Amino acid sequence: MSMMSSMWAYRSFIFGSVKREFQSRYRNSMLGAAWTVINPLAMIVVYTLIFTQIMRAKLPGIDSQYAYSIYLCTGVLVWGYFAEILTRAQNVFIENANLIKKINFPRLCLPIVIVANATLNFVIIFGLFTLFLILSGSFPGFVYFAMIPLLIVQVAFSIGLGITLGVLNVFFRDVGQFFSVVIQFWFWLTPIVYPITILPEAVRAYLVYNPMLNLMVGYQDIIVAQRLPDWESMWPITLLAFGFCVFGMMIFRKRSGEMVDEL
Amino acid sequence: MGTIVVDQVGKAYKQYTSRWGRLVEWISPFNQSNHHLHWVLKDISFKISPGEAVGIIGINGAGKSTLLKMITGTTVPTTGAIHTSGRVAAMLELGMGFHADFTGRQNAYMSGQLLGYSVDEISNLIPEIEAFAEIGSYMDQQVRVYSSGMQMRLAFSVATAYRPDILIVDEALSVGDAYFQHKSFERIREFRRAGTTLLIVSHDRGAIQGICDRAILLDAGRLAMEGDPESVMDYYNALQAKRENKTVRQVVNAQGKIQTTSGSGEATIEKIVLLNESDEPIEVVAVGQQVKLQVAIRAESDLPELVLGYLIKDRLGQSIFGTNTYFLQQPLKDIKSGHKFVYTFSFPMMLGEGTYSIAIALHATETHISQNYEWRDLALIFNVVNIDQSRFVGVTWLPPEVEVRDE
Repeated sequence: MSMMSSMWAYRSFIFGSVKREFQSRYRNSMLGAAWTVINPLAMIVVYTLIFTQIMRAKLPGIDSQYAYSIYLCTGVLVWGYFAEILTRAQNVFIENANLIKKINFPRLCLPIVIVANATLNFVIIFGLFTLFLILSGSFPGFVYFAMIPLLIVQVAFSIGLGITLGVLNVFFRDVGQFFSVVIQFWFWLTPIVYPITILPEAVRAYLVYNPMLNLMVGYQDIIVAQRLPDWESMWPITLLAFGFCVFGMMIFRKRSGEMVDEL
Repeated sequence: MGTIVVDQVGKAYKQYTSRWGRLVEWISPFNQSNHHLHWVLKDISFKISPGEAVGIIGINGAGKSTLLKMITGTTVPTTGAIHTSGRVAAMLELGMGFHADFTGRQNAYMSGQLLGYSVDEISNLIPEIEAFAEIGSYMDQQVRVYSSGMQMRLAFSVATAYRPDILIVDEALSVGDAYFQHKSFERIREFRRAGTTLLIVSHDRGAIQGICDRAILLDAGRLAMEGDPESVMDYYNALQAKRENKTVRQVVNAQGKIQTTSGSGEATIEKIVLLNESDEPIEVVAVGQQVKLQVAIRAESDLPELVLGYLIKDRLGQSIFGTNTYFLQQPLKDIKSGHKFVYTFSFPMMLGEGTYSIAIALHATETHISQNYEWRDLALIFNVVNIDQSRFVGVTWLPPEVEVRDE
């Protein structure tokens, strides 16, 4: 509880950090914040052009020329959000060693800044994508808002896991290296680029152990198939997210003192 | 508000025998220990009351910074506990973690936010911060182009924009130029008058004695002495002198080799000491104090002529004053081997604050070049402090009488 109140006292720092980070990304560029829009826009355009016009890729079962492009963009954007939080959280303490060693402030502000920043980026990018959905007549309607609970679970999962890895990474720098490899495999072991249906049954059975699978399928259900996700299937990831948040906090509390000595 | 209680505090860093040691220790079910503790501080206990100013001194590596870090709360003690009450502002190291890509102004905001201020509060303080730091247009330039002195100015201005209940200052201040040092000390004094508890680390005798009520000496991770600044500082100097002597002896040895080639050793210096009016040896001299420099020598062979010269140098090695017994019309003639003499030079210490050294030379004529018996650099080191004179700067003391006429 005191942790909460001290973080509240530092809300100004959190807000300021998010703003600064956002600014610093485009600090020395001439187009400035325009790049926030140009980058994702380029991605959407490229995927759409390549997969609808050039490769004429179709999703099995759905008869829309944009279907595959939408499928791909949904997965890639949502995964990007997940990966951004995770990879940044696992380095957060090491990157901010300078601050942590010199100034006494609630350290958990740092992961919050990461979440806030990633969320800001995601909202911008996904907002653009949503605009594309509306313009291309593919907007799924009210089902769209079913994404919100899924995103909350996903953020909880990524930051819980991220803090855990972040603490471990201070003591065992191999963790960071290892996870940058893991996340590549993880991306390809999640049906983002390909539909799960193209996998052989035998492989699909193992994919059940991928916690991101059901979330991803959920998003694709909402955006591509325009139907509500299978809520039941979200239980494991929700519990896992909760578990990692609790575990992350525990390991952070236990090791935060030692962590400063190690940085 | 403003109390610091340090109770039986110790700090140890874990050192693992191998990279895998920690992992094994973490996951091993047998409570196995693969590290040994490296203690940097042990058994430190003291209490600082509100409004008190305490100086922490000790050689590099004595544990001063670790202690300060624990008091600010960035590091946790391994044993014991530290309690502070009220808002703590700390200037631990240079820069407060400034971000090189942002301007001074943005960094001021960020540092302020890190101290828990809101944007509005900082906006109100910015003019004051800007005025105090006096870095002009650099305020809106990236911190990467700042000199270390400018960073320090900004950091100090931000950290002290609000009067804290406890102010902790590491040696950071010594980075600033004399003007800013003076200015920042003035602000620290102002805070003191308003009731801020002060904890400073410094090697500067003047700073410790000028501001602090009490001093704590750390030596090799332990609290070696606690008491009034002057006696603690003297003890510290004596400790250092002991260490220095070792090195000085080595230096003398090295010089001794040179001396055997250039100097002849026909006369040697046996003892050099600085005495106060009551003939007690001293290391610290007050500005204007009457002192005696006493040098005992011994002739190792028959000498036709003997002149003793001394030269006072400041800490940069620049000559401040030098003379010899030839100029003073006291040369000795026809000395028998084995004869001993004691020279006493009495003079008032008309020097400014600082550390000075004395070099002694024994030679035949007015200069030591012609016939050099013994030459000893850094033969004696002493400090001059301003205790009872009005404030002044510089290496000499030229006490003026002031007269102001109304016209």
